[in-house]
Amino acid sequence: MAKKNLLNEKEIKIILHRLACQLIENHIDFSDTVLIGIQPRGIFLCNRLVKILEEEYGIKNITSGKLDITFYRDDFRRREEPLEANRTVIDFLVDNKNVVFIDDVLYSGRSTRAALTAIQAFGRPANIELLVLIDRRFSRHLPIQPTYKGRQVDVINDELVVVNWKENNEKDAVFLVSN
Amino acid sequence: MNNLSVDNLLGIKHLKKNDLELIFKTADHFKEVINRPIKKVPSLRDITIANLFFENSTRTKLSFELAEKRLSADIINFSAAQSSVKKGETLIDTANNILSMKVDIIVMRHPNEGAAYFLSKHVDAKIINAGDGAHEHPTQALLDSFSIREKLGTVKGKKIVIIGDILHSRVALSNIYALKLQGAEVKLCGPTTLIPKHITQLGVGYEKSIRKALEWCDVANVLRVQHERMDIKYFPSVREYTQMYGINKELLDSIDKEIVIMHPGPINRGVELTSDVADSKQSIILHQVENGVAIRMAVIYLLAQQINRN
Repeated sequence: MAKKNLLNEKEIKIILHRLACQLIENHIDFSDTVLIGIQPRGIFLCNRLVKILEEEYGIKNITSGKLDITFYRDDFRRREEPLEANRTVIDFLVDNKNVVFIDDVLYSGRSTRAALTAIQAFGRPANIELLVLIDRRFSRHLPIQPTYKGRQVDVINDELVVVNWKENNEKDAVFLVSN
Repeated sequence: MNNLSVDNLLGIKHLKKNDLELIFKTADHFKEVINRPIKKVPSLRDITIANLFFENSTRTKLSFELAEKRLSADIINFSAAQSSVKKGETLIDTANNILSMKVDIIVMRHPNEGAAYFLSKHVDAKIINAGDGAHEHPTQALLDSFSIREKLGTVKGKKIVIIGDILHSRVALSNIYALKLQGAEVKLCGPTTLIPKHITQLGVGYEKSIRKALEWCDVANVLRVQHERMDIKYFPSVREYTQMYGINKELLDSIDKEIVIMHPGPINRGVELTSDVADSKQSIILHQVENGVAIRMAVIYLLAQQINRN
């Protein structure tokens, strides 16, 4: 099993700041914007971005939530392993809001498709954008593209992109793992 | 552990502690779902569920039906009162006829003990027991434990007394299994004629005096007196039963701690509980009903997960 480093801690830091600035460009004071981290792994990225926006760019009162897509997936009963659900924490309505989905890796696009259905339970957003740290090009099953992306990578199908965060691992890093 | 250890939900007796934890964890998620503006998820779009009710039910039937709809399953309903059962059709024939319509899960209530087990041996569908005679009513016990866990944080180590007609109660037996499995202390209370012989072999105690029982417990699960199942007189009169085993506000207030009152419904107001007790803030009867939907969604979801579509 070979492991290749795609991004180190410093590179991730630079990318997170760039993504935060891109969000500010489009959403200015975030008054009608909600950031939604996709469970389970989008939450770390979402929290990190909220922290940067609040602490380093002085944006107050950012609304953010966590969305679990387990019950909306199209592979229920088609997987070897049963799916485990996570908590959804959205204590607001998204009616007429600008929603930004935040996830670590965009691969087939199926999770995003499920998130698009799931968010409808909380109202009708004005528009929905997608922010990802890693965009795996050429591996999409659905016509879904990110609005903001940290790094675009070309990866063949049996390779795996692994994102580690300080919060659940030793340090921030992105690896490419191949068998 | 994301999978149940059983293929059907026939009773709590067959479940393990991990199963209960998985069901409760899944129900937590579904409870959040049913409190959303849009209370529906598409998980079970391609699943068909038959609700076979060979015995009357309001709450359980509505609760199952709602749970199935919230999961987007297709459902068909069957009540014995309006069916060919009246014309002499056997249980297997009825079930097989319904299965030919490509049903994946059967939810069944039946007046005979073991009916769900019997069905599970003869038909190729997931069976959920919604009550079989005086045997088991697993989803009720699950929602009772779920409600205790929600109110008191945990079931382990809590003292629970089940009061009333234990003899005819499937709720009591399922509750005993579920509570013991989670490490609760259980006592029964009621007229000796309505306590099954040898029930203490299941590791539960018996207390004849309702006052002592209430003073001992953290939670009182009060059962209905099931007149319809009583072929002989088990106590002299309803009035005497109420005097001996009914819970009123005066009795409740004379106990120097605040206990939780539960009831699986339907309540005979003025018999086992007075109205002011049933509607008091100590009563979690309506939470039980809400939790019933979440628990049934969890059970159906977890069993449906085992149906392989590949």
